Amino acid sequence: MVKITINGKTYKCEEGEQILKIARSNGVFIPAICYLSGCSPTLACRLCMVEADGKRVYSCNAKAKDGMNVITSTPDIEDERKAIMQTYCINHPLECGTCDQSGECELQNFVFHMGVDTQEYAIKDTYKPMQNWGLIDYDPSLCIVCERCVTVCKDKMGNNALKTVPRNSEPFDKSLKETMPKEAFAVWNKFQKSLIGRNDDGLSCDSCGECAAVCPVGALTVSSFKYKSNAWELTKIGASNPHSSDCELIYYDVKPASIEDRKDKIYRVSSDFDFGELNKAARFGFDFHNEKAHKDRIVLERIIKAFKENKIKNIKFNSFITNEEAKMLSILKDKFDVKLVNKEAKKYQEFLKEFSKYSGADLYNGDFDTIKSSDFIISAGSFLRHDAPNISYKLNNALKINKASALYFHPLKDSVVEGYSKNLLGCKHSSNLDIEILLWILQKFGKNLPKWLQDKFDSEFENIKKDILVDKKETQTKIVKKKVKDEDGKEVEVEEEKEVEVVVKTKKEILINVSKYSKMLGLDEEKIDKLLDKKTKFSLIIGEDFITSKNAILLAKLTGLIQKYSEFNVLIIPPRTNSLGVALICELDEMMDGKTLGYNEDGDITLGVHGCDLDAPALNQQEGTFVNLEKRVVPTNPALSYDGYELNDILKALNLGYEYSADYTDKLGSKFKNIKFDDLENSYDNSGKSHRGYKLNIKHTESIEDEFEIISKNELIDEENTIYKANPIGQFSKFTNRASALNSVAKLYAGEEFLKTHSLEDKDLISIDRNGKTLSLRIELDNKTDGAYLPFFDDKIDVDEFFDGSRYSKVSLKRSEV
Amino acid sequence: MKTNIDKFRRFLKRTFSVELFVGLGVVLREMLKKNSNHTMFYPMEKVNIDARYRGVHKLLRLAESGNERCIGCGLCEKICVSNCIAMDTKLGEDGRKKVINYSINLGRCVYCGLCADVCPELAIVHGGDYEFASEQRAYYGFKEDFLTNIKDLKEQKEFEGYGALPNDADFKVKLTPTTYIKKDQEND
Repeated sequence: MVKITINGKTYKCEEGEQILKIARSNGVFIPAICYLSGCSPTLACRLCMVEADGKRVYSCNAKAKDGMNVITSTPDIEDERKAIMQTYCINHPLECGTCDQSGECELQNFVFHMGVDTQEYAIKDTYKPMQNWGLIDYDPSLCIVCERCVTVCKDKMGNNALKTVPRNSEPFDKSLKETMPKEAFAVWNKFQKSLIGRNDDGLSCDSCGECAAVCPVGALTVSSFKYKSNAWELTKIGASNPHSSDCELIYYDVKPASIEDRKDKIYRVSSDFDFGELNKAARFGFDFHNEKAHKDRIVLERIIKAFKENKIKNIKFNSFITNEEAKMLSILKDKFDVKLVNKEAKKYQEFLKEFSKYSGADLYNGDFDTIKSSDFIISAGSFLRHDAPNISYKLNNALKINKASALYFHPLKDSVVEGYSKNLLGCKHSSNLDIEILLWILQKFGKNLPKWLQDKFDSEFENIKKDILVDKKETQTKIVKKKVKDEDGKEVEVEEEKEVEVVVKTKKEILINVSKYSKMLGLDEEKIDKLLDKKTKFSLIIGEDFITSKNAILLAKLTGLIQKYSEFNVLIIPPRTNSLGVALICELDEMMDGKTLGYNEDGDITLGVHGCDLDAPALNQQEGTFVNLEKRVVPTNPALSYDGYELNDILKALNLGYEYSADYTDKLGSKFKNIKFDDLENSYDNSGKSHRGYKLNIKHTESIEDEFEIISKNELIDEENTIYKANPIGQFSKFTNRASALNSVAKLYAGEEFLKTHSLEDKDLISIDRNGKTLSLRIELDNKTDGAYLPFFDDKIDVDEFFDGSRYSKVSLKRSEV
Repeated sequence: MKTNIDKFRRFLKRTFSVELFVGLGVVLREMLKKNSNHTMFYPMEKVNIDARYRGVHKLLRLAESGNERCIGCGLCEKICVSNCIAMDTKLGEDGRKKVINYSINLGRCVYCGLCADVCPELAIVHGGDYEFASEQRAYYGFKEDFLTNIKDLKEQKEFEGYGALPNDADFKVKLTPTTYIKKDQEND
């Protein structure tokens, strides 16, 4: 820790931290447009200039030194800043009246703040038509080329989908160089040369919409929101992403639907883009609510009667519920002895239980911050960008900002992940390998392992022959042509032999000691050792593949051992929004004979959001909390009104419930804190510290060190016909598919290599066969992977029939003749 | 200070002076005179309202093209002190912001004139219509009620009341450098 002085006040900070970051964390205002927290500085706007020890520096990239004295504003600097804002206004269309950014436009704000009231400079404008980029519109004439979109796409999302392209503007008056203030001219000169464009025609874009969120002006906007509402008409309702387990902070922006219909409608989802990135589903999948819900008293009474007569034996549900609802279900279980059936949460629960036995901690110790601050990250068992995009953002951020290195294990290649950094090694492995990955990690990174394990690992090496290239000096005779002047003075070429010493690379066979596991996985240990050079903070990300694997119990034990015996911070991704919450609150069972009440799932009698016997509220219509992948209990609020019954009404009718769902928040169980719903905060502060709900404490217990058998239950399957269970980007469940911007029909998504080996083409109609079950669907090309994956977001098809619990399945594919 | 005696004297003077009878005479004369203009036969006759009067709103069109002037910026909605204006907007087929509907709760409006004042396009203005008695407290007018009928475009008068530009506005506005560039190009 060092101290620096900003405007006469002393602040503590880390040595080498950026001045702007320190100022922001401490609430000192330094104007800046192009800089985004957590990204690398672009130096496009130069507004953040300050005087540090008498020298003018850009605070977004100037690093703090002990005793530094910073002054954020002098008359000179103010003049420059005003001139910069003035140049941004040259030819900026005066359409604030209709611009969607009006009211939250940073150009507007800073022009007003710097007091720009005249324009002295001019340049002839060029024609720059509007461009549509799928869910996003780009209006180049409004763009101020701050490059925030390019930066966020590169440093956070990792897609690298945007770049700067030539602007082709008119040449400007050379005399401006003398008349304009220096910094302003530099900014303007750069501005006049570039615009924003898409890399390879937008193929690398996932339409997450983060570029539109960070745009300080109205250049990048969400197409569906265009001209629908002014920013100031919208009420922001703080909530949490209901679709995936990051449960990131979102704001539902609501206002009445129209003049005739005064019911609230969600117009868009906004975010705190400095600290919480949103994935595509969070940003665009907001209208999945139960619109025409009504109170069907007869069905409610039927359910209550069935409970009272002990006819309901099972409650089948999924993890797209709040903690409060999970608590209600476990109350029903206690009272009526029903079985709580939730396959995916049960697997996660079992994984966690086994994990905690061997790790000695009841929860994993990783979170977003540990990943972001790591310098060596391993991801295994997760199709990361599809399963948990927000973790892929943090992984990419660590690679870009911390110069971290990473290993990405997956049977399906992901070219975007592999393009994150040169220091990311993509390891494509056979789908029957999973314990080998964790064994390799334990073998390589484990310290003070139990003796039986250490002995096992010591024996799991083998000497293999390897060819290496060695430099060797050799003398060779070479024919050299020489130009010699003959007697007449003419140049004649003469050939001459000469002996030259040359360094030749020769192969030499040596014996090296290689781990059997890394050999099985096809790892290049030398490369990995290079990546590991000087790395100190390690993170391990475990995904759904491992939780659903036949080896799950074994994998959980090994993950526990990794957390205990290595420096890795482990994060086990909850597969659905609130899998972790459900796993911590409910005791889950297997299905029993008898009637089943389905909550958003099939059953003899169902309650749910869409097409069920009794209406239930969607997650944007109820208040409650989720436990996100950071083990944080985060609140969510209803954005829309709801006219039907909710789960709590069943409990109330059975004389079990509290008045409101939120009354359960402080009574969730021993693992949870005793905090009332209304006391839960939901925000980030200026330094990026999360004030969202509260974090669950990890309880440490004694761990088991017993020997266990390490035998893989995976069978060797033919890789060529293996398909994988995963959703395309932006889809997580039937709820995301209900959203108007995301709605689509399930297809078999396949990479080019997969299509080639099966001689199929994009958009072909195929039938998938497995054990006599057939499914007909179309193929869609996903050029970012090499395998094929079948989605489960579409509730019109039953995908589980094609997988026995695990995420891989061998199927036969046939092209259907039309 | 006036004493009570002063006040009594003033009372006598006012009561018995000739002025009272002069007034009575005027009334008598006007009563008997034909075509007197002092009494208006409302509602057959209506008073001529000044341009500055703030009556029921109008939405104007552009005189040349007949296009709606309203750009849907929402400033009137924002500034409205009695919160009685609402509008629905969308992206038009021509890529411009279109106002689908516009409503004013005339029963709630206090006719303060801020909407007309703030309107950057002089689209929402006050008209001379002052009759807004209705059966209910809430009385809504919609876009079709306020907008100049395209047939009556020729009769649409430029607004001169509250919020209108002064006659010499063109001379008062400072030209931007871009204007000079355009002028240079035209000269070339």
